[in-house]
Amino acid sequence: MKKIRIGLVTRREMKGYIFLLPWLIGFALFFALPLVQSFIYSLNDVKITANGRKMSFIAFENYRYLFQDDTVFVEQLKNFYADAILRLAVILVFSLVIAMMLNQNIKGKGVFRTLFFLPIIVVSGPVLERLVNEGATTVPLIESYGINGIVEAVLPRALARPLSGLFSQLILVLWYSGVPILIYMTGLQKINSSLYEASKIDGANGWISFWKITLPSLRPMILINGVYILVFLATTGINEVIATINDRMFSTTVGGGYGHASAMAWVYALTLAVTLGILVLVTKERKAKEVAIIKSREQIRIEKLHAESARKMKGGKRHGKKR
Amino acid sequence: MAKSAKWQKTKKKLIGGLVELGLVQKIFLYVMLISLCFVYVYPILHMGVTSLKSLTDLLDPSVQWLPHELTIENYTKALDVMGFTEHFLDTLLVTVVPALAQTFSCALAGYAFARFRFKGRNFLMMCVLLTFIVPFPVLMVPTYTMYADYGILSSIWTMILPAITGQGLRAAIFILIYRATYEQIPFSLDEAARVDGASEARVFFTIGVPLGLPAMITSFLFSFVWYWNETYTTSLFMGNASFGHTKSISTLVMELAQFEESYLAYLEKVGGWAAKNSGGANIQNEAVTMAGTILTIAPLLIVYFCLQRYFTDAIDRSGITGE
Repeated sequence: MKKIRIGLVTRREMKGYIFLLPWLIGFALFFALPLVQSFIYSLNDVKITANGRKMSFIAFENYRYLFQDDTVFVEQLKNFYADAILRLAVILVFSLVIAMMLNQNIKGKGVFRTLFFLPIIVVSGPVLERLVNEGATTVPLIESYGINGIVEAVLPRALARPLSGLFSQLILVLWYSGVPILIYMTGLQKINSSLYEASKIDGANGWISFWKITLPSLRPMILINGVYILVFLATTGINEVIATINDRMFSTTVGGGYGHASAMAWVYALTLAVTLGILVLVTKERKAKEVAIIKSREQIRIEKLHAESARKMKGGKRHGKKR
Repeated sequence: MAKSAKWQKTKKKLIGGLVELGLVQKIFLYVMLISLCFVYVYPILHMGVTSLKSLTDLLDPSVQWLPHELTIENYTKALDVMGFTEHFLDTLLVTVVPALAQTFSCALAGYAFARFRFKGRNFLMMCVLLTFIVPFPVLMVPTYTMYADYGILSSIWTMILPAITGQGLRAAIFILIYRATYEQIPFSLDEAARVDGASEARVFFTIGVPLGLPAMITSFLFSFVWYWNETYTTSLFMGNASFGHTKSISTLVMELAQFEESYLAYLEKVGGWAAKNSGGANIQNEAVTMAGTILTIAPLLIVYFCLQRYFTDAIDRSGITGE
């Protein structure tokens, strides 16, 4: 009896693996294998000769070159992250605002949703390049009032560059918020509306209920959106870092070739992973802290109540005695 | 007394009650949303208007939104420059086939994750997410050399093979969508089928495919759009007609990326050397380029506006917002 059951379980498991088989093959062949291989490339000096590729092991020389001798890559990487973090913040806030507006009881919700999601269909490297070249991605007002000039004059360079970049491509940045808006909207719809009613009756205004109800309930969505936006920004077609890696792969000058390109890609991937990790930690940690604060407040309140009731009891007794 | 009650009523109408919005807030909302929509759609509008302008309107700085006359000359030129008919077929091939392959392979993987219990299921799910997060440049070099070794470079197989094994463009998102879909379909259905003697493959095709159809349509549409817009992998793997292939596959988006060069070549072919260097060419260029851009994204816009429900419902379907 027991044997048959085990047999059935494993047969059922086998069937699961069979359905997963195409994906497993693909994962091994087109993901795991290249991942390992590119790490090996990054540790080698790869030369392309008439007889094929020739590799000689040089340990971390490619990485050392990248950080000490290469003038372009590290600078580009820094710029990318400065831009990405700023844009991430803008997109997160902007899409939340739009999602909250769309979540109200208004007419034509479908039309608005369609339009706000539209850019997802259009974004591709060359199309965006055209639009940026045309100056169609900046809000005309920003240009005519010379806001960029002011920003560059007032702020230090390290801050001014990403900021003016943000302004000159504001529409482009906002275009990335199609998916985040939808994710926020599904999150907003899941918040129980009786929470808002109860808080209003208790005297909270819209501002307070946003910070106390909306934002805490949306925390998982914020994390998902953050990860999505960051990955999207890191893999989008008009990313300078990726373009550089691409160029280096086929260049034959110093600092080019398969080895250098792989090392760059690995540095890029690892920094991205670290950034994503920080993002996850930030959202998680805040949660833990907040829970702790709420708990401690609750505790204080309960202790107060206890103390008060104890005092009342005493007072009551005294009262009773007097009578 | 009566007056104050009336005042209360009007006030409620204007400012809003406990939950519902007042008139003032509603007007504010609509104004905000409509102006944001305008900012959002501005690049596309700009593109459309510019592409319809004639040369005199382009030179006239007072003409912004309403050209004196609409001309389709830019479009006929753009059609020629891009070799539209030929590359349109190429694009359809490169887009539809991998999209179909991806839809099917991800359905299998999602089905396996949702309907079967096997060892390492959670670990493999983490691997699925990993394929989403790791940026492609890391895998680029080994994948390129692998394709070169097998001699499938600059053929459509470089797109189909990863797609059929569930490693296509953003396949992880589709696997998530399928998993969420198949988790919601009652298990009793396939148990009944199994009791009646249906094989697992039969269960999948008679229950899994019809009930998962909405998810399949969503996956196909998104794959279609993403493959259509893809330039990074397509130009890397199919762009250069090296390794003995005389004819390379070039999609519309790839043609758009090199529009300027093609346009100059076209001018030289039509009007001789003088036309290439004449003053008007550069300005006319703008309108023709915009026409080319519109032509590239027009099929996507048509698909989107006809089937937009499937696009915007994707987030609900993916289950990433947690049920």
